[in-house]
Amino acid sequence: MLTANRLRDGDVLYRKGSGWVLFLAEGEVYADQASADAALAAANAELVHNTFVAPYLFEVREQNGKIVPVKEREIIRAAGPTVHPNTGKQAGQVNA
Amino acid sequence: MLNPLVKQVDPNMYRYDEFDAQFVGERVNQFAGQVARRLSGELTEDQFKPLRLMNGLYLQLHAYMLRIAVPYGTLSSKQMRKLAHIARTYDKGFGHFTTRTNMQFHWIKLVDVPKILRELADVEMHCYLFCGNCVRNVTADQFAGATAEEIEDPRPLAEIIRQWSSLHPEFVFLARKFKIAVGATKADRAALQWHDMAVQVVKNDQGRTGYLVMAGGGMGRTPYVAHVMSEFVEREDILAYLEAVLRVYNQDSRRDNIHKQRIKILINAIGPEEMRRRVAREFEELKRMGTLQLPKEELDRIAAYFAPPKFDTGLSDEMPQAGKDFADWVNTNVHAHRAPGYAIATITLKTPGQVPGDITADQMDTVADLMDQFSVGEVRVTHDQNLVLPHVRKKDLPAIFAKLQELDFASPNSGLITDIIACPGLDYCDLANARSIPIAQKIALKFADLDRQHQIGELKIKISGCINACGHHHAGHIGILGVDKKGVEFYQLLLGGSGAEDASIGTIMGPGFGEHEIADAVERVVNVYIAERKDGERFLDTYRRIGMEKFKAAAYQEAAAA
Repeated sequence: MLTANRLRDGDVLYRKGSGWVLFLAEGEVYADQASADAALAAANAELVHNTFVAPYLFEVREQNGKIVPVKEREIIRAAGPTVHPNTGKQAGQVNA
Repeated sequence: MLNPLVKQVDPNMYRYDEFDAQFVGERVNQFAGQVARRLSGELTEDQFKPLRLMNGLYLQLHAYMLRIAVPYGTLSSKQMRKLAHIARTYDKGFGHFTTRTNMQFHWIKLVDVPKILRELADVEMHCYLFCGNCVRNVTADQFAGATAEEIEDPRPLAEIIRQWSSLHPEFVFLARKFKIAVGATKADRAALQWHDMAVQVVKNDQGRTGYLVMAGGGMGRTPYVAHVMSEFVEREDILAYLEAVLRVYNQDSRRDNIHKQRIKILINAIGPEEMRRRVAREFEELKRMGTLQLPKEELDRIAAYFAPPKFDTGLSDEMPQAGKDFADWVNTNVHAHRAPGYAIATITLKTPGQVPGDITADQMDTVADLMDQFSVGEVRVTHDQNLVLPHVRKKDLPAIFAKLQELDFASPNSGLITDIIACPGLDYCDLANARSIPIAQKIALKFADLDRQHQIGELKIKISGCINACGHHHAGHIGILGVDKKGVEFYQLLLGGSGAEDASIGTIMGPGFGEHEIADAVERVVNVYIAERKDGERFLDTYRRIGMEKFKAAAYQEAAAA
């Protein structure tokens, strides 16, 4: 998958098509490295529009029918801090 | 917000003069312009990033994080209420005190930052000098000006160092960041020996007051304890001497390798004796020029801001009796004050299960009320993520304790095993490899029984989520370092570190423990201490006497069997 942060408020974004969504579950999973690289290249080309920053790819896997990140870092980034479950996207909050 | 029943008190602390106010105001306007230019696209992210970092603004896992300076840990009630207001208005209702005695907000929007900085400037606060290769926020003993142990209040010197070093043209582009701490007692509560440079107020054989200067301490990837550069520097020469140390560092440090750029690497590469020689040579040159003397009048002018409050006289010096819970709290969290009838009260933000250093906006407001009602409007932030009411009448302690119980901040655990330092870790930090806070919570809950904590005695656990060591793991009696193994969190144990006057670097025990193993491993290590200790020994003393092996055997043997 491809992620970035929104410039104006820092909120975590996930790539879907040629745009962005706020929740990992709604983001696009690239089937192979070539399509992932193409999405990253497109995002890098859009940095000049100054709406998001720092795009990068990360790995996900399917677990019990759901897409979850492989690394703990991305799990926490997608949900919010584990020590404050009432904050972040796990609580349905966006930073807008 | 100000409680209408409480009269706000202005404590004796440094107040901005016209120059400070203009300087901070100009910085706010400058950064507001840079934010606007970034949002309009006039600045690219690559151009903007160093500018926002220099203004304390980081992009973390979930949002922007804003770090607000609390110079030498001193806050007024007015400033505390402003932090509460910012938590409520611009964040999610809470903030986090760090090991550099600063306040961090983790859910900040870039578009709000200019407004926040203007609000902070209104109460004489700012966010610059937190990132980049400059002299960072100066820290100090949290008991400064209150303890009878000290030779004099070290905060005037800290303030002078802050003014001298802020945007000093020669030191804006150092090889790496540079951290300074000051103290004035034999007991070291400010981790002096772990700083790039530290100053301790001392008296020489003739009874004259001056400064002992250390340099080359630091945590991170390559931990070192500082070396003494000079046993005694005269008052008027202190800035010249500090400048000499910084000049040698600036000229001779390696700039080709980010892991070898701190002053600790330079000093340990050339040797402390050679460093002292180079500093002495530079110091003589600065003295010969005579342009960097610290006039007594200026020192006195700054010291006047920190004059002791007018203490009540005729107070009883007896500690009030208010039950066992209160007595337990007094035993661990209340310390001797210089004035009869007064005490220093530590508020540990560490009730087992709490996030170390976290405080809600409502708690901040209530602490501000306590400051005004009972501690001349002042509080200190400590490097171990607690707060200190520096000047309280002993007779008021039961009322303070009762209020802290309402806040869930009345745990009698200062310096005990549940008074754990933990960095924000992977729950927030973009640099972290593993979470720190949940490990701190698990350990604190495991040892929550108060009798057990008091039976164990002084034991300092410090947890970092990465090798940058914001959680001071090298200096923990028990240190814990989070590492990443193929995306999974593991935790290394270190034993034998100290951040106090008996400073030492913790030794890594061996391979890391899993997230669900580490708290049990800590418990087994503590059990070895209980079984092996002799009368009066702290954990650290027992470790230093018997070494690693028995602790290691217990930690791994049972982990393997589990």
